Amino acid sequence: MAEAHNIVRVSGVAKTFSMGAQVVTALRGVDLTIKVGEYLSIMGPSGSGKSTLFNMIGGLDKPSSGKVFIDEVDIAQLDAYELAWLRNRKIGYIFQTFNLIQVMTALENVTLPMIFAGASQDEAVEKGLELLGLVGLRERHAHKPQELSGGQQQRVAIARSLANTPSIILADEPTGNLDLTTGEEIITLLKRLSSERGVTVISATHDYKMLNVSDRVVWIRDGRIDKIEGREQLDISVGTIGSKD
Amino acid sequence: MDGPPGPKAGGYMRHTGAVLPSGPGRETKIARQVVLPFRKSLEISLQNIRVRFFRSMITVASLVLAVAFLSFTLTGSNVAAGLVRTGEPALRAALIDAGYDLPGSPPVGSSAAEEARQLGTGAKERWIVLLSLLVCTVGIVNAQLMAVTERFREIGTMKCLGALDSFILRLFLLEAGMQGVAGSLLGALGGMVIGVAVGFVRFGLAAVTQLSVADLGRTLFFSIAVGAGLSLLGVVYPALVAARMRPVEAMRAQE
Repeated sequence: MAEAHNIVRVSGVAKTFSMGAQVVTALRGVDLTIKVGEYLSIMGPSGSGKSTLFNMIGGLDKPSSGKVFIDEVDIAQLDAYELAWLRNRKIGYIFQTFNLIQVMTALENVTLPMIFAGASQDEAVEKGLELLGLVGLRERHAHKPQELSGGQQQRVAIARSLANTPSIILADEPTGNLDLTTGEEIITLLKRLSSERGVTVISATHDYKMLNVSDRVVWIRDGRIDKIEGREQLDISVGTIGSKD
Repeated sequence: MDGPPGPKAGGYMRHTGAVLPSGPGRETKIARQVVLPFRKSLEISLQNIRVRFFRSMITVASLVLAVAFLSFTLTGSNVAAGLVRTGEPALRAALIDAGYDLPGSPPVGSSAAEEARQLGTGAKERWIVLLSLLVCTVGIVNAQLMAVTERFREIGTMKCLGALDSFILRLFLLEAGMQGVAGSLLGALGGMVIGVAVGFVRFGLAAVTQLSVADLGRTLFFSIAVGAGLSLLGVVYPALVAARMRPVEAMRAQE
């Protein structure tokens, strides 16, 4: 079995936004390598450039300078079709606001990426139900997002992100809109799925509960990486409110 | 295994084992790796209309009225043409009274059929119809822009799931197309029925019996075509805006 290689490599990435007359420098030269199968958290205060870095890695935005390599391919060189392929098959996204399509049922939401990938309706439904079962929502497959709670919607979003067996899951503040216990459940679920399937999880978050499950934590401040800590170096105990017995 | 990254993501596909023929047609091969079958896009568009039914109704209402007006006017001309073809002077007088531009008696050498064919609506009426269609189109553009703006986040999400720009365009065009055809059908039929009824009230039974079915058919077809065409025209700009959005912009949009 080949040794773990770098699935994501960020090299000298900088990003400035110009909003009219103002120029905002969100990132000032960031270097980062992420190995296959890692669970990485990007942490930092609001305005630190966390989401911007996250968007760079996920191919949602282009850096002003520097390069982002996914599987050693410079994603700035990809054309629209290849980018779409990348987003469809290699990367799964999870958002703070769940971003489920309101007019579709849970099952349809989960199978949508599979349809884009060219799967037949039957295959897609079968796999979709399986994934929903994995997150514990198989019986609610015909429900629309309005009929599901926040935690359930996020679980559907997690199932959707796994639709085409991606190598990377990008989670942008997955627990941002959830309460403490639900947030914990989601984090446990993500960790379990990632270790079972060998998926690399990269999450940008404020949530300290993520620290317990992360292999590495990247601290960002003012557009630069402050420090990168591995599991052994993390020494934070988080008090639990309303913990279960 | 991979040295410095290849300039094109062909290297990417090769690494992941996807088959990649070289030479022309390569782009289409990659394009087909992400697909949206037509039937599925139809399903999604239909679902979108059903869910936003009330909003769709309002968008369609102005189209229905404008197409009804067009159809009504054209049907009126059809009725008049039918009446002229009978050659009866009493009917002719009635037509002139009603405002149609006809000489008091048929000019020498022209048949009733020829005259009927030349009988059109006056310039003033044409202008009114044209204006109403224009207003209707502007209304459609406005309504569709609003619809697209509302769905920024949905569009951004679909792009994150791998949707190509053309998928988004297709979904919106289909939605507008379906609304356009449905609304135009309703409007064209409604306008026609009223046109015939008004003809009956004004000119008596002859108005109905002298109608040529071919004429009516042409009117119906034309009205529907115009309505559907305008509906599509109205959605082109908003749909292009939607399709070109970058996912991150779409998701930053406040809702």
